[in-house]
Amino acid sequence: MASITEDTARAEKPATHKGPLIYRQSIFTRVTHWVWAICLFFLLLSGLNIFDAHPTLYIGQQSGFTNLQTGDQHLDNQWLDIGAINTDNGPRGQTTILGHSFDTTAIGLGVSGDPANPDFRGFPASVTIPSYYDLATARVIHFFFAWILVATLLVWLVASVFNRHIAGIPPTPRDLKHLPRDILNHLRLRFEHGRQYNVLQKLAYSAVFFILFPLIILTGITMSPGMDTTLPWLVELFGGRQTARSIHFLTMSAFVLFFIIHIIMVVLAGPFNELRQMITGRYRAGADVVFDPGKGDKP
Amino acid sequence: MSDKLILNRRRLLGLGAASVSTLLLAGCDQFDDLVGQGDNSVRGYLEKANDLTYRVQRLLQGPNALAREYTEADIRQGMRPNGSTDPQGDDYLALKANNFADYKLKITGLVNKELSFSLADLKGMTSRTQITRHDCVEGWSCIAKWTGPQLGPILDQAGIKAEAKYCLYHCYDTMDGGLSGQVPYYETSDLLDAHHPQTILAYGMNGADLPIANGAPIRVRIERALGYKQPKYVHTIELVSGFANVGGGKGGYWEDNGYDWYAGI
Repeated sequence: MASITEDTARAEKPATHKGPLIYRQSIFTRVTHWVWAICLFFLLLSGLNIFDAHPTLYIGQQSGFTNLQTGDQHLDNQWLDIGAINTDNGPRGQTTILGHSFDTTAIGLGVSGDPANPDFRGFPASVTIPSYYDLATARVIHFFFAWILVATLLVWLVASVFNRHIAGIPPTPRDLKHLPRDILNHLRLRFEHGRQYNVLQKLAYSAVFFILFPLIILTGITMSPGMDTTLPWLVELFGGRQTARSIHFLTMSAFVLFFIIHIIMVVLAGPFNELRQMITGRYRAGADVVFDPGKGDKP
Repeated sequence: MSDKLILNRRRLLGLGAASVSTLLLAGCDQFDDLVGQGDNSVRGYLEKANDLTYRVQRLLQGPNALAREYTEADIRQGMRPNGSTDPQGDDYLALKANNFADYKLKITGLVNKELSFSLADLKGMTSRTQITRHDCVEGWSCIAKWTGPQLGPILDQAGIKAEAKYCLYHCYDTMDGGLSGQVPYYETSDLLDAHHPQTILAYGMNGADLPIANGAPIRVRIERALGYKQPKYVHTIELVSGFANVGGGKGGYWEDNGYDWYAGI
């Protein structure tokens, strides 16, 4: 009974930052967070340039193609294709997903740039590094930041096991019991500002650390013919190199979705307080948080 | 005092946010000059990651880890041709007119004894047949069956000198060399890849003679690497101690155009 009363009280309390200035993020969490932000920025934009080299995704080991000499296609296993078609109104960008085609000229997929001299590529110059199509250079950038990402993830993992930061990420059964209440509070834009992440945060960060990061790294490694000789089970695990390439792309899309929600939540929850937390480690907690100098709090 | 500090931090955050959004609005061509091809130190620094990849993968692989071999059922289509598909050099056209009866594969350079093999000689050797996945740097893959003698024993027969570090593969096909006009395709591999059990001089593909579009009469298969490390129309394998004086000096046609030499990822 007591917990219900406490929950009701908490839900009805307006979101304020009247509590102590708590020490919430260690130096390892803060530094790796910003290194990842830089890495993911370059990995995403160089990755889209790499994708432009062959803007088609398949299921399985290999890529079904049409024989240019005979016009035959024996293997049709593509599920996504970003290309261009000729129409009476000039070239149009066309994106085909699972057999359904959409005109994507307006968002720059397939055809982009100056209409008088269009670029025929999957993703447009505005979202790729380099801006022009250059597979060789995009690969140099992609692999450089991939190494930095993996190295900093390892640093974070070791530090977070020792400082117990990682223990605070997976939601506990008790957290999950509060899930409906937490969703309701988020919908009313009432956020908790406690020492711990709320359950939706825990779910989002768990998805990033325990699903998205491992998936994007392992599918990336699976695409390497050199690594396939060392870790042949990876190709089996993902159901083929081209499926791995598809999963790599979908995981990237999930990261982009996470990034958009992440930024919206930072703005809604108080951008100054949230940014201060990720720079200085200190976070202005809600009024219900008890001041505890033993945890590094300041009034 | 603390108010002043917060103001400064606030301003700092504001500046940071402003510069990030300017960067995004201006588009990503901000980075083009820093990373583009040609001489610049930033790109040179970033390229060190490729050396790291090469060293780490070689460390993990050991000398003989095999590329996955597939079954006949996995051959679902013809082998997708890419790059050169029909060389037009006079020397190649003459060989082609005679169905490669006059073709010779030469082993030269830093060897104790230079060797030369006709296509019939190569077809008479113990061969290896492997069904493997060809991964193009562009991102696509295609599974095909390749047949030919292993390169390792042929190199042993020639006797590799101690100072040799790489195999340099000379090809009949030419590619666009920019200001240099058409330049011959070439590739290099380390001796580990040259001696790898799956490195073969393929004269057969999918149970027939290797087609022109896929590199007839001989294509070198280096199965742990991407497609551009599988030189087609090979006529000479030269043992060298380095490749700084060959072509653009980076160890291959595509390497001279900015691609990484290792090509294992």
